[in-house]
Amino acid sequence: MMASNYNAKEEDGHQPAAIGHGGAGTVKNKKPDNTAFKQQRLPAWQPILTAGTVLPAFFVIGLIFIPIGIGLFVTSNNIKELEIDYTGVDMSSPCYNCSQSYSWNSTKPCTCSVPFSLDQPFESNVFMYYGLSNFYQNHRRYVKSRDDSQLNGDKASLKSPSKECEPYRTSDEKPIAPCGAIANSLFNDTLELYYIDPNGSRTAIPLVKKGIAWWTDKHVKFRNPGGNDNLTVVFQGTSKPVNWRKSVYELDPSDPDNNGFINEDFIVWMRTAALPTFRKLYRIIHKKPNMTPTLPLGQYILEVTYNYPVRSFEGRKRMILSTMSWMGGKNPFLGIAYITVGSVCFFLGIVLLIIHHKYGNRNHSADIPS
Amino acid sequence: MDFSSIRKLITRWCAGEENWVDTRTVYIGNKEPPPGAEAYIPQRYPDNRIISSKYTFWNFFPKNLFEQFRRIANFYFLIIFLVQLIIDTPTSPITSGLPLFFVITVTAIKQGYEDWLRHKADNAINQCPVHEVQHGKVIRKQSRKLRVGDVVLIKEDETFPCDLILLSTSREDGTCFVTTASLDGESSHKTYYAVQDTKAFITEEDFDTLQASIECEQPQPDLYKFVGRINIYSDRNEPIARPLGSENLLLRGATLKNTQHIYAVAIYTGMETKMALNYQSKSQKRSAVEKSMNAYLIVYLCILISKALINTVLKYVWQADPDKDEPFYNQKTDTERQRHILIRAFTDFLAFMVLFNYIIPVSMYVTVEMQKFLGSYFIMWDDEMFDEELGERAQVNTSDLNEELGQVEYVFTDKTGTLTENNMEFIECCVDGYVYVPDAICNGQVMPGSTSMDMIDSSPGPGGKESEELFFRALCLCHTVQVKEEETVDGIKMGIHQNKATSFYISSSPDEVALVEGMKRLGFTYLRLKDSHMEILNREDEVERFELLEVLTFDSVRRRMSVIVRSTTGEYYLFCKGADSSIFPRVISGKVEQVKARVEHNAVEGLRTLCVAYRKLSVAQYEETCHLLNSAKLALQDRDRKLAEAYDLIEKDFVLLGATAVEDRLQDKAADTIESLQKAGMKVWVLTGDKMETAAATCYASKLFRRSTQILELTTKRTEEQSLHDVLFDLSKTVLRQHGSMTRDTFSGLSADCVDYGLIIDGATLSAVLKPSQEDSSQGNYKEIFLEICRNCSAVLCCRMAPLQKAQIVKLIKSSPEHPITLAIGDGANDVSMILEAHVGIGIMGKEGRQAARNSDYAIPKFKHLKKMLLVHGHYYYIRISELVQYFFYKNVAFIFPQFLYQFFCGFSQQPLYDTAYLTLYNISFTSLPILLFSLIEQHINMDILKKDPSLYRDIAKNSLLRWPIFIYWTFLGVFDAVVFFFGSYFLFNNSTFTSNGQMFGNWTFGTLVFTVLVFTVTLKLALDTHYWTWINHFVIWGSLLFFVIFSLLWGGIIWPFLNYQRMYYVFIQMLSSGPAWLSIILLIVISLLPDVVKKVICRALWPTTTERIQVGEHTHTHTNTYTHTHTHAHIMHRSTSSHFTSVTPASSRELIGLTS
Repeated sequence: MMASNYNAKEEDGHQPAAIGHGGAGTVKNKKPDNTAFKQQRLPAWQPILTAGTVLPAFFVIGLIFIPIGIGLFVTSNNIKELEIDYTGVDMSSPCYNCSQSYSWNSTKPCTCSVPFSLDQPFESNVFMYYGLSNFYQNHRRYVKSRDDSQLNGDKASLKSPSKECEPYRTSDEKPIAPCGAIANSLFNDTLELYYIDPNGSRTAIPLVKKGIAWWTDKHVKFRNPGGNDNLTVVFQGTSKPVNWRKSVYELDPSDPDNNGFINEDFIVWMRTAALPTFRKLYRIIHKKPNMTPTLPLGQYILEVTYNYPVRSFEGRKRMILSTMSWMGGKNPFLGIAYITVGSVCFFLGIVLLIIHHKYGNRNHSADIPS
Repeated sequence: MDFSSIRKLITRWCAGEENWVDTRTVYIGNKEPPPGAEAYIPQRYPDNRIISSKYTFWNFFPKNLFEQFRRIANFYFLIIFLVQLIIDTPTSPITSGLPLFFVITVTAIKQGYEDWLRHKADNAINQCPVHEVQHGKVIRKQSRKLRVGDVVLIKEDETFPCDLILLSTSREDGTCFVTTASLDGESSHKTYYAVQDTKAFITEEDFDTLQASIECEQPQPDLYKFVGRINIYSDRNEPIARPLGSENLLLRGATLKNTQHIYAVAIYTGMETKMALNYQSKSQKRSAVEKSMNAYLIVYLCILISKALINTVLKYVWQADPDKDEPFYNQKTDTERQRHILIRAFTDFLAFMVLFNYIIPVSMYVTVEMQKFLGSYFIMWDDEMFDEELGERAQVNTSDLNEELGQVEYVFTDKTGTLTENNMEFIECCVDGYVYVPDAICNGQVMPGSTSMDMIDSSPGPGGKESEELFFRALCLCHTVQVKEEETVDGIKMGIHQNKATSFYISSSPDEVALVEGMKRLGFTYLRLKDSHMEILNREDEVERFELLEVLTFDSVRRRMSVIVRSTTGEYYLFCKGADSSIFPRVISGKVEQVKARVEHNAVEGLRTLCVAYRKLSVAQYEETCHLLNSAKLALQDRDRKLAEAYDLIEKDFVLLGATAVEDRLQDKAADTIESLQKAGMKVWVLTGDKMETAAATCYASKLFRRSTQILELTTKRTEEQSLHDVLFDLSKTVLRQHGSMTRDTFSGLSADCVDYGLIIDGATLSAVLKPSQEDSSQGNYKEIFLEICRNCSAVLCCRMAPLQKAQIVKLIKSSPEHPITLAIGDGANDVSMILEAHVGIGIMGKEGRQAARNSDYAIPKFKHLKKMLLVHGHYYYIRISELVQYFFYKNVAFIFPQFLYQFFCGFSQQPLYDTAYLTLYNISFTSLPILLFSLIEQHINMDILKKDPSLYRDIAKNSLLRWPIFIYWTFLGVFDAVVFFFGSYFLFNNSTFTSNGQMFGNWTFGTLVFTVLVFTVTLKLALDTHYWTWINHFVIWGSLLFFVIFSLLWGGIIWPFLNYQRMYYVFIQMLSSGPAWLSIILLIVISLLPDVVKKVICRALWPTTTERIQVGEHTHTHTNTYTHTHTHAHIMHRSTSSHFTSVTPASSRELIGLTS
């Protein structure tokens, strides 16, 4: 408003504190610095996207993408995958009875056997997944219904879980461990595989239940409170999740490294899936040391202990057997997409070449006569 | 003045009616009034404390917050934040609270700092010592404790602490010199006069005996106006009353010069000083870009609301099945269940709003503000806009309008001092028809080609000799020039050169200096004003003394000034000089015809002419004159009107002596600048108060009119012959016929009858045209017709304009149906109104003070700098900010649309796709710096080419980069990219594994994948748009990508304490450990960028804009050196055929139509 401001303007706002007492004697050299930056003359590379400059890029992209795509596609096709829906929707399916007579509280487990056959042997390691459909593990209420610090072994959180766990926070006025909807809805079907020898005898296929969860999850993110010893004592005063048949410390009593919060089946389940149709790694069938295929072709039986109800929300349950390559499981999408994009780029390259040839010349010729 | 009257009303209302009086009475030294005086009404005056700060320590927080949340955007974000706090929303309040907090804090800190500086400055001023005279002693006092009525002592080079009435000075003639550099930028010394009757009080003790009161008006903001009266009580009871004017008033902020000390009395203090009153915040001008931005915001707000609505509706449709709403694995809490469905629906709607609210980014406002603020430094830094002579560089007073400089369609320019140098040179004078030309020209240089004392006829007879001398004396006497002797530094230099005592003429009007200097060269030297006597050295080296009795000062209404002098022989003369139109009607004898002819001849040549006349007064007449003047001067009310009346009575019955001609040269490169502006598609109007002939000549000289231009006249001369109505219709017919054929011939640009029109209109006719008609509307629609004519003229000259009319013209064009962007440029106080009115106001730091520069948005030292300002800076700012705006919307669509799509796959549960940290930091840090830098230093074309080729300016005319089609293109691009990101990741994730160890990824990996592709795509898109890659661009673009990667690694690398979720733990790293993730990231980025690249390349190849052709030309030039610049240049000229200006053919050249007729 005052002298200070007038002055501020005179001095380009840099020294508003210098008030008009200095008088006119202090004439400042106002000549701007002649630096490249201030004069906006920094040396610069000035690329322009013209047909001519972009052309090579298009051809290069085409030439790189198409082979990659073909490689991906072939790899994906070489992967063997088998998917069996054992929900038991149809009357004819072996698990129909189990799917009908469902109750969480039934003490007697319902089992069913689903026979299937492999047309091709599965070489190398085979991964066994269970898959659910129409199961919204990504629902907001569901995703946030967990307490990460409880799962990390925090004792305070064990006794009073986070509010986010509601309505699976307490039962019988005891805190639930592990709390929350995710933990509460832990997938509890048991799947077993048997190979039917040509002679008719059943051989159980060894299923490895370790190595299915992320290493960091198992060793860092998930921890039992107070170490792995004597989980019964540690979890005293807590309640098991409502839907569970057994407590968290009874998940795998045989192996203290796979019990409680660090049970790998549990950890896998706790990583909520991105989409309503998803699969989760269940077991690994390691390849045999000798040259025989991991799963030779022939007849198999999938023994299901049917606990998990999905019919109420029209869900489906699947068992998936898959081999792996360096790029994971079967997924033709990536290969096809690469091939498509590569060809499109190549095609565009040709179109641009024509345009460049026709119009680029015209542009330049127009320059000369004028 | 409206403003002051409102202020008055407010003050009156605040102060209470009874305290308010129109005048104030001040007792010098605050003494008791003498018993004889009228009843003393004590008034309360503020102390001399200056408060420029907005806040105090206590009210800063609430007041600043209030101010900030008054901005609609901030308020919107506050609402979102509050919603997040209150209801259960998908994202934590931090995501919107943190950016908002950041913005608010940064702004508050900035404003707080500025206010602290103001406080500091205020304190420094308020506490600086002042010498007050009390009871015959000098006392040191803090400035803020000064009260009205105090007598103060000011020493040389001190600044006046408040508005003062000068009582006495150390100089014996009772004058003092003052510079008002900090007030209005004029560094010349001005003379102020002490009150005649107190001149003798020269010691502190003297003032103890002084009994006087001052009556004056209440403070008013006009710096140059003051009326008051001083009553001095001497021993006799009858007080002596003397008038006080602005020549007695020393303003706060001015500095005392060349005077040892003065005594003065404070009359206005503190916030009532004229300087304080004069500070008014300029009205906020908003740029066209800002308006487009707001329109886009509304569109996005609609998109946001409809997105939220669609999702809410779908959610409830989807949830109709209770097994979907509440499957066994995902039950609600009891409180949730009990809530009413409408409340639930509304909360859901709000939650969706919150989820998608990032589509309107907080950071855009910050970035735009920063871009404008930082970007404006490039104007100030520009070396080419620095003027060596003045030592001034371009100033930016508002940075809000940078981009508007690239949108100008109409340029309104002042003539004198803007187009022309305002550096007057005496060319000739004409006495009774005889023409005199001085031989030597100023600054000691002899002008080549000038003949000495060239007389047209044979030498005049004895009578002629007499009138010749009278004429010279008149010019020597009739002025307000001051003589300044021995200037300390410059004077020595000059003294060495000329070997004699030197003196300078100083005046507020350069014409007068030119005239007095011209007289010096013709033999009559004005020496000085001493003891009210003007001394002239005549041809015989004799000193003639004239007593200066009265000065009837110049004003723009009368357009003349007079002096009354008494010669040594006791004769009274009144000399008057002024514009021909104001002198001729008052002349009763003299050789009017010859002089008039010469005046007109000179005016056509573009010279400024003045007529000189005199009147001999008898003693009786003189006394009467004195009486008239004194009574007018003493009036407190309507003094100006009364003075004007008095002047009118006195200045009559003249004897014409002759006329003078002064040349005002065109500014350097003025013609080139105007030509460039016209080529750039701007219409240039010259608005001047000057005579039509002079102005027209300047227009021809500055190439505003060409030889081929057909001049249309709309002047009083023509409207006298025909009615205004007919003239207007005639003109519009001519113009429209031409226009019609023009549109047909656009493609055959070389058609011979392609004439461009120039219009000349004068002030009187303009006011007739603009006058709202009382009669029927069909008759009175002159405004539209006039506009129609103007629109089809390439150049318009408005002469004889009053300052307010200039603003009227600007307003008229501004409000015409196309709403063109206007720019006004001027240097003087008379241009201020139009500078304030136009979209962009530019001030020239000229000779007539700094008022224009102070009120302008931008100030430049010279007219020629306008070219770079508009063609280069304006162009750059426009493309920069338009890209900034479009890009911001684009990147936020691409950011938020995947979230919208995700809702379809998560049961419309408002599950966010991205992690909170990503949501928060996306706009703040991952993608903010590259675009900010782009918007600061992008140059799509080289500066030199922009300057060389003004037609490029047309490429961005009419806000072309922010039109709806382009906006929609960007939005669709954003949507397309979002779809690619989302479904690309979807197909990758859908029921398949993509790690070699068979482990699965969850929803956060999905989001991270989308986000990674998003950040890379959006940044690379900007990289593709960048045409100017300096090392800073490389640093920022690659740096911000690197920052994103490093941040993600860190964010997922640690179990973060104090965080209640660890969902991002190792997510990013795990993702990067998978081959298909890498492959799909690359693939998706390529797909997203592909359409834009293809579109760009194809458009460039098939339908290139001028800009793009130039770019290619530039490229070929720099790379292969095949084509020279001139080729490309000529080619461009050829291309822009639709212009009036580029296809000028010399075929039809009508010369100076109507100028001499």
